[in-house]
Amino acid sequence: MIQFDAVHKRFPNGTTAVHDLSLEMPEGGVTVLVGSSGCGKTTTLRMINRMIEPTSGVIKVGGKDVTQQDAAELRRSIGYVIQQSGLFPHRTVLDNIATVPLLLGHGRKKARARAAELLETVGLAPDAGKRYPHQLSGGQQQRVGVARALAADPPVLLMDEPFGAVDPVVRTQLQDELLRLQKELNKTIVFVTHDIDEAVRLGDRIAIFRTGGHLVQCAAPAELLARPADDFVADFLGAERGLKLLSLKTLAEVPQGPAPEGGTWTLVVDEARKPLHWATKGAEIPVRPLKDGDSLLAALNESVASPTGLIARVDAAGVLTGVSSRDDIHTHAGQAHAEARTHTGTTRTTETEAAAA
Amino acid sequence: MTIDWSWIGDHTDDLTSLTFSHLQAALTAVFLGLLISLPLAVVAHRVRPLRGFLLGLSNVLFTIPSIAIFVLLLPISGLTRTTTVIGLTVYTLVVLLRNTVEGLDSVPAKTKEAAKAMGTRPLRTLLTVELPLALPVIMAGVRIATVMSISLVSVATYIGDGGLGQLFTDGFQRDFPTPVIVGVVLTLLLAVVADAALVALQYVLTPWKRRRA
Repeated sequence: MIQFDAVHKRFPNGTTAVHDLSLEMPEGGVTVLVGSSGCGKTTTLRMINRMIEPTSGVIKVGGKDVTQQDAAELRRSIGYVIQQSGLFPHRTVLDNIATVPLLLGHGRKKARARAAELLETVGLAPDAGKRYPHQLSGGQQQRVGVARALAADPPVLLMDEPFGAVDPVVRTQLQDELLRLQKELNKTIVFVTHDIDEAVRLGDRIAIFRTGGHLVQCAAPAELLARPADDFVADFLGAERGLKLLSLKTLAEVPQGPAPEGGTWTLVVDEARKPLHWATKGAEIPVRPLKDGDSLLAALNESVASPTGLIARVDAAGVLTGVSSRDDIHTHAGQAHAEARTHTGTTRTTETEAAAA
Repeated sequence: MTIDWSWIGDHTDDLTSLTFSHLQAALTAVFLGLLISLPLAVVAHRVRPLRGFLLGLSNVLFTIPSIAIFVLLLPISGLTRTTTVIGLTVYTLVVLLRNTVEGLDSVPAKTKEAAKAMGTRPLRTLLTVELPLALPVIMAGVRIATVMSISLVSVATYIGDGGLGQLFTDGFQRDFPTPVIVGVVLTLLLAVVADAALVALQYVLTPWKRRRA
């Protein structure tokens, strides 16, 4: 766990970057620090591994005050991923990843073997190891950045807008990968971004900062979206925050029935019973089938686009299991909101809090 | 102007030893220049107030006429190779110091920050990150300093050294053009070969620069 206790940071030029911050970042969870530029989120992150020293207050990682430790050794025990990867241009990908194990004196052979292992973990081909960073795409470089941060298997991972410089498609891929990795690795992750959608997607808890280094609210995404602390938070979450909440709920509990027959529109399936399109006399409308794990938001979107208001539900193999109506989706969306308003949040929070306890 | 080919044939041993002596003076000067410039450049790079002073000083040294430097050194080191090398070294400083400082400046802040954030201590960062990345700019300086030194060695003829420069005085005194032409050609060849060798060295030292994607 990472604890901030009454931490202040004032820079020599007089600006206060972080104002009286007390915050706990639970072990094994992703805490996202979010806010517009100049709100102190990056300063907060960088104080954890002493890239910036606090003016006053105490920061503890795993119960130990960071300022009481040797700065270089502390940094080796904390993974760090920077914007635009910050890879060493003169070292091969493999040697980049091996940086911290080498600093820890693990020996070149062992460090490289570990690096090769990590290439696979972050989804890169083995032959990427011999290349130099400039020979990789932005997304691949970012993966190397993550692998480098994981090399010495640190319990804590700091990520400073790691996916800020890649295009939206690659960004989504990298976010998925991070969630997949986190399921396996259970690191304590602190993630800085200015993108609220990214925060909602990745965070177990989201801390919203306001200019001047004030923490406004720290809560699970669902709670934040359902009960923003004030107008600033509500504005920051945006006008569609009701819909964003639906992105956190899955389709699993929405009831489904058999596909209608004999109506104006028919759901056409192939031989393997995989949905193809909605068909009527002389017209076909493509269908995007949804799985149980897809979000209520995706379901709502699909039902609005569907000519019948029905969405096609499939199993993991893509075989049709049934259809759900717009009304059923709406009912569940309403329930999700009611739940979020009354409870502390979704199951995701409860799990995190259980892990932290 | 005709070349007396038989003179060249009769003096191959002399020419060889003069060429080596010439090269040795120049390379020693560049080597010593690097030894002095590296630490000074690191200081100039890290301590901003000293930067202008050090670069200014190397500029001032450069403006001293070459013959004057040798004359000034005579009371200290006499008519020796040492005097030649010291004089040449002083001239290499202006290029080597400036290029090394600029090389260190050219290392991206993001990369240095990454090294620090990974837990690399300052000295190791300098040796394994900053200097390697500064190498292309430093090597550009080394190439200029080397070619410049090779051309300057001849001036040391005034203090009885001067490598291939001795061929010029010899030729002028006897009004015999062959040694002068041979001296010029050999000096040029030396400069070209030394420069090519440095390009090859840089290629070997910077594998990451080879295959641009």
